[in-house]
Amino acid sequence: MRIVRLGVAFLSLAAFAGGAWAASPPPDTLAQRVAACTACHDDSGRRGADAYYPRIAGKPAGYLYHQLLNFKEGRRFYALMTYQVEHLPDAYLREIAEHFAALERPYVAPLATTVRPEALERGRLLVHEGDAPAKLPACTECHGRRLTGVVPAIPALVGLPRDYLIAQLNAWRSGVRRAHEPDCMADVARRLAPEDVAAIASWLATQPVLGRAEPVASRKLPLACGSVTDAAVK
Amino acid sequence: MRRGILALVIVVGVVGASTAALWWLNVRDESTTTTQATPTPASIATGAYLARIGNCAGCHTRRGGAPFAGGRGIPTPFGTVYASNLTPDDDTGLGRWTRDDFWRAMHNGRSRDGRLLYPAFPYPHYTEVLREDVDALFDYLRSVPAARERRRAHELRFPYDTQLALAVWRALYFRPGVYEPDRARPADWNRGAYLVRGLGHCGACHAARNPLGASPDSDTLGGGLIPMQGWYAPSLASKREAGVQDWPSGSVVALLTTGVTPRASVLGPMAEVVYASTQHLTLQDATAIATFLKSLPDPSIDTPRAAPAEPTPQQMERGRAIYDDRCAGCHGANGEGWPGQYPPLAGNRAVLLDNAANPIRAVLSGGFSPGTAGNPRPYGMPAFAPFLNDDETASVVSYVRNAWGNRASAVADWQVARLARGAVRE
Repeated sequence: MRIVRLGVAFLSLAAFAGGAWAASPPPDTLAQRVAACTACHDDSGRRGADAYYPRIAGKPAGYLYHQLLNFKEGRRFYALMTYQVEHLPDAYLREIAEHFAALERPYVAPLATTVRPEALERGRLLVHEGDAPAKLPACTECHGRRLTGVVPAIPALVGLPRDYLIAQLNAWRSGVRRAHEPDCMADVARRLAPEDVAAIASWLATQPVLGRAEPVASRKLPLACGSVTDAAVK
Repeated sequence: MRRGILALVIVVGVVGASTAALWWLNVRDESTTTTQATPTPASIATGAYLARIGNCAGCHTRRGGAPFAGGRGIPTPFGTVYASNLTPDDDTGLGRWTRDDFWRAMHNGRSRDGRLLYPAFPYPHYTEVLREDVDALFDYLRSVPAARERRRAHELRFPYDTQLALAVWRALYFRPGVYEPDRARPADWNRGAYLVRGLGHCGACHAARNPLGASPDSDTLGGGLIPMQGWYAPSLASKREAGVQDWPSGSVVALLTTGVTPRASVLGPMAEVVYASTQHLTLQDATAIATFLKSLPDPSIDTPRAAPAEPTPQQMERGRAIYDDRCAGCHGANGEGWPGQYPPLAGNRAVLLDNAANPIRAVLSGGFSPGTAGNPRPYGMPAFAPFLNDDETASVVSYVRNAWGNRASAVADWQVARLARGAVRE
């Protein structure tokens, strides 16, 4: 009997040899549970066959959680993302968001740009000072002085490629990407001229990432934002 | 001349008789009795439970919209049908409806204004629901917050957009009638059958539909391709597919209420059903459903399996390389999986279905099991559509269906392309 049992054990071991874990099961960790996410969202952001999969490591937890809800509740549209999250309870989505927010991964250096210096300067100006006649607040007013985001809910604008930034700003402008009401980012994006979208994205894409998201905003926000419920509005 | 008159009389007679028959077939079994009962906390609570079992909100809630306020488009082969507003809003919802109006919609498929309803609203199943349960459902819907959501006109092609076409369809395929208990069977079997055939409307997916969208054999639960979704709802009767005759009752209950068992987990449209509906089943009702499903006669005993299409050696070689690189880490080098975490692929019925839609979709879109009270932090599988082309996907699926003693038809790249379009590459 014992010999038979040993034989069975040996056979199972032989069967498992060659698997990534040999005879040990995959670890019971959140990282293992969300391997479906990291297949696309790797440490630095990745250009896929159909879309750009942005880096999510180190983004503020509240921001990531809101994006998962936005896909689940139809404020953002990408079929594969909606499919991944639509049957997951909000508590799990929050846990996933916190997991990725806590990851510290180095950023890749920004790519060299071929955009004209005048356009880059226009972008830099808009990012830092906004455009008062167009009622456009500076990006830094909400996204932090170093544009690395503000915890818990405002994302960094640096560390992202130009094409992705342009696509997101235009999605805000056309209403394809939305957030909880009042949708401050949609208001801001609609005040941008197409050439300003390109200028802002071009300049942001040349900037290095100087640290993590700033602690919670002490200043007042220029607009009411449904995604940021813990900050006062001017 | 006299002949002409005779012919005219015959034509008028035939048309008149057909019209009368069509009329009668569409209004039969409509009751004229009215109910005097009033809502109670108990009837509202029962209704809330039944609304989950029927998954009413699944269709009658727009993504991100107010619960039960409708507006969601249901794509069908005949065009898009928009779900109506079930909240008690006076102008756009059920605000002015009575219990009798609601009963006629559920039991007879006719709206308050007399219009025939499209069977995308599964009244061919709901007609089996008892009056007291329909009343409880109505009491509950009257208790949810009223939401104003204009009814969107259906976008159906001619002739499907006409009431006449619907009347003919109903005459052919719709028989109103509440569930008749089988006295020879125990009470829990009957409860299970009542839930599966009525509110659960399992046959709406788990039975084949004919070219007119009807499933005359839906009670056999023989499996079918879900229209417009590109997933195959396996037979609940055949042991080759998803029949559970040999399962312990507890495993069926676990699959329905948590979404996972050591031997199977749900993915795709059934994940929505478990998440929104069956995870809320009481233990008693889930057990009753298991009792009923376990009793279904297995049709596969009498039907020999067609010889599967062989994969080419090149396909197997390519598929094996992809499997070892991308799949073996979780599903094991020999498809043995890790029970509770990653399902085995060797000998897995879901992998070996004659219709390869589900294994192809699983590879293309990956996905999580539903997050339920019993399995709140499910493991997920990556979507491989961004990383594998149609030919590579076909190879790895063909390999998995024919490795480690598995034997099922090979898959071609065009099958993958057809499922990928509109599903993940929209």
